[in-house]
Amino acid sequence: MGYRLTAMPWLPPAPGDFRPRLKAARAEPEGFLRAAQGLARHALDLNAQHSLSRAVDDWLASTAGQAAVSLRVAILGNGTTDLLRSALQATLLRHGLVGSVWVPPFGQVAQQVLDPASDLNRSDSHFVLLALDHRGLPLQPCPGEAAQAVAVVEAALAQVRDLAQGVARQGATPIVQTLPAVPDTLFGHLDRSVPGTQAALIDAFNQALRRDFASWGCLLLDVAALAERVGLDDWHDPVQWAHGKFPLAMEAVPLYADHIARLIAAARGKARKCLVLDLDNTVWGGVIGDDGLGGILLGQGSAVGEAHLAVQRAALQLRERGIVLAVSSKNDDAVARGPFREHPEMLLKEEHIAVFQANWLDKASNLRAIAQTLNIGVDALVLLDDNPAERAQVRQELPEVGVPELPEDPAYFTRNLLAAGYFESTGFTAEDRERAEQYRSNAMRAALEGSTSNVAEYLDSLAMVATFSRFDAVGRARITQLINKTNQFNLTTRRYTEAQVQAVEDDAAGLGLQIRLADRFGDNGMISVIVCRAEGDDWFIDTWLMSCRVLNRKVEQATLNELCAQARQRGLRRLVGEYIASGRNGMVAEHYARLGFTPLERGEASSRWVLELAGHAPAPVPMQIEWR
Amino acid sequence: MSNANTYEQLTAIMRDVFDDDDIVARADMTAEDVDSWDSLANVRLFVALEQGLGVRFSSAEMSGLKNVGELAALIDKKRGG
Repeated sequence: MGYRLTAMPWLPPAPGDFRPRLKAARAEPEGFLRAAQGLARHALDLNAQHSLSRAVDDWLASTAGQAAVSLRVAILGNGTTDLLRSALQATLLRHGLVGSVWVPPFGQVAQQVLDPASDLNRSDSHFVLLALDHRGLPLQPCPGEAAQAVAVVEAALAQVRDLAQGVARQGATPIVQTLPAVPDTLFGHLDRSVPGTQAALIDAFNQALRRDFASWGCLLLDVAALAERVGLDDWHDPVQWAHGKFPLAMEAVPLYADHIARLIAAARGKARKCLVLDLDNTVWGGVIGDDGLGGILLGQGSAVGEAHLAVQRAALQLRERGIVLAVSSKNDDAVARGPFREHPEMLLKEEHIAVFQANWLDKASNLRAIAQTLNIGVDALVLLDDNPAERAQVRQELPEVGVPELPEDPAYFTRNLLAAGYFESTGFTAEDRERAEQYRSNAMRAALEGSTSNVAEYLDSLAMVATFSRFDAVGRARITQLINKTNQFNLTTRRYTEAQVQAVEDDAAGLGLQIRLADRFGDNGMISVIVCRAEGDDWFIDTWLMSCRVLNRKVEQATLNELCAQARQRGLRRLVGEYIASGRNGMVAEHYARLGFTPLERGEASSRWVLELAGHAPAPVPMQIEWR
Repeated sequence: MSNANTYEQLTAIMRDVFDDDDIVARADMTAEDVDSWDSLANVRLFVALEQGLGVRFSSAEMSGLKNVGELAALIDKKRGG
């Protein structure tokens, strides 16, 4: 008995007909991606991943594949990375990514990064994982030599930093990783106390890396933490290292690949945003409609009740870091709300739930309604539901929803939910903490909208204040987050690292603009980002994005007014806008047309638009404008 | 000498490992006979055998076998058959 993380128990087991299904998928290039994603959402072993990855290779070489691929990842490691390559390529599909993975011949790390003509540097990779462990860095033990230990760690850290910056110079996002501790100790219990031991050096390196990675423009893969969870004796396989320089045990490779994929997915804005909770036997033990308020199990010293309380605690903690909570339950509304209102042990209250769906419709319909109310994609939802039949129905109808498998024992619900990594994040800003509240206020605004007779009256009643500022150090992390996460209202979907965002702050001829919006229901935080670059007498609008939470509030119009005013002050002649279709931003295809721009070039995949400043008068907007 | 059941199991595992549904394990089969049986596939093969059959192989065993017949015999020996 135990929890085997490497088996990824939140995923349904691989289907018995995996190979025939893969064969059928290969025969139909048009439907391949959907079928392959369906297979990838199961727990696959190395061989299944290998077969799936080979099929992906063949498909990527086809016309349909070439059109769909949007991600290239390279892995540079000091061990053998070939098995990881196929594992990751198959796993990317599980996380909504269509990408290829490349590895260099064995042992090439520095050469690939530093030689401008290397295969890596000609590969135009988006992400480069520096998969180094203690054997790939100059971490020579020096037990008892405190000063030397500090120098050794600094040298190793500098080496990783130089590699990461080399990767960033080529325009890719570097991913650095902490080093798993080694299980073999020299001093026993003193090992991590004596400076300069292998264990102490690894600890010191990891601490320094966790401190510094963000300032180098990197993403962090905390492999040390992952290996700790798996268990160091299980993570390190001395037979496989001796046999083929495989840096970790084969059993752990699919899990490792999943962690890489979820980090990249988060950086690409594909992390989930909302946790949808079933109620009976998920949030509490028992069935409220049958057992009544006094009969359901919650806390009260009952083992089952404690386990369900732990689910509530985890949900609240997720909410505090910005995950929106919703409820979907087959119940009468008043009955389902009963415990939230009256049960003394309930930690979750109605005010924590942004959308409450208790009815007798099927779960898939309710999930669609929740996504629509919150104005997020169905692929941003996770459903926690103890009922295998409901899970199967949702997986069938809405395969893009994250639906963790749950074991019989509710004591494992929380662990399975969190271990699945649906809510991976590449940063944490003050805005994140407010987010769940903002979504709830949005639902309240929607209610007000329903009760107001016309849009103008509704917008006036919101008492909005839009605050404009140039890019600055305070906003930098949130700006970068929006640039990398926003998919729908994003005219060009250009992704920038924090270092590139910082460069815009210093671009005197251009303009980086951050916009915040508050109203009588609360502060929406930063909701829009613009980047303009000077091109002769024009400003070229390189980036225009906005959070969909503030759609239809005339923020675009207000933004254009301010852009025109700024451009005029500088004596510019025109604004030039661009739309690049990404497959997800169809809602803004006519953005510039709606704002009165005239088309310069119109194509299927992109268009360019122009606005003469001379003929433009600012339009009235239903909000107060402030500059800060 | 090895029992037929071992060959059946080997066939199923080798099809998964080498991504080829036409493979049938035979005693005289070697890595030369299978296109995709390279050193990396060999590693996956032994991992799959360990996971699928519940046996463990040493470093020496993984690189010292001449053909599938020797592999089947070793598996039977490990399983006490």
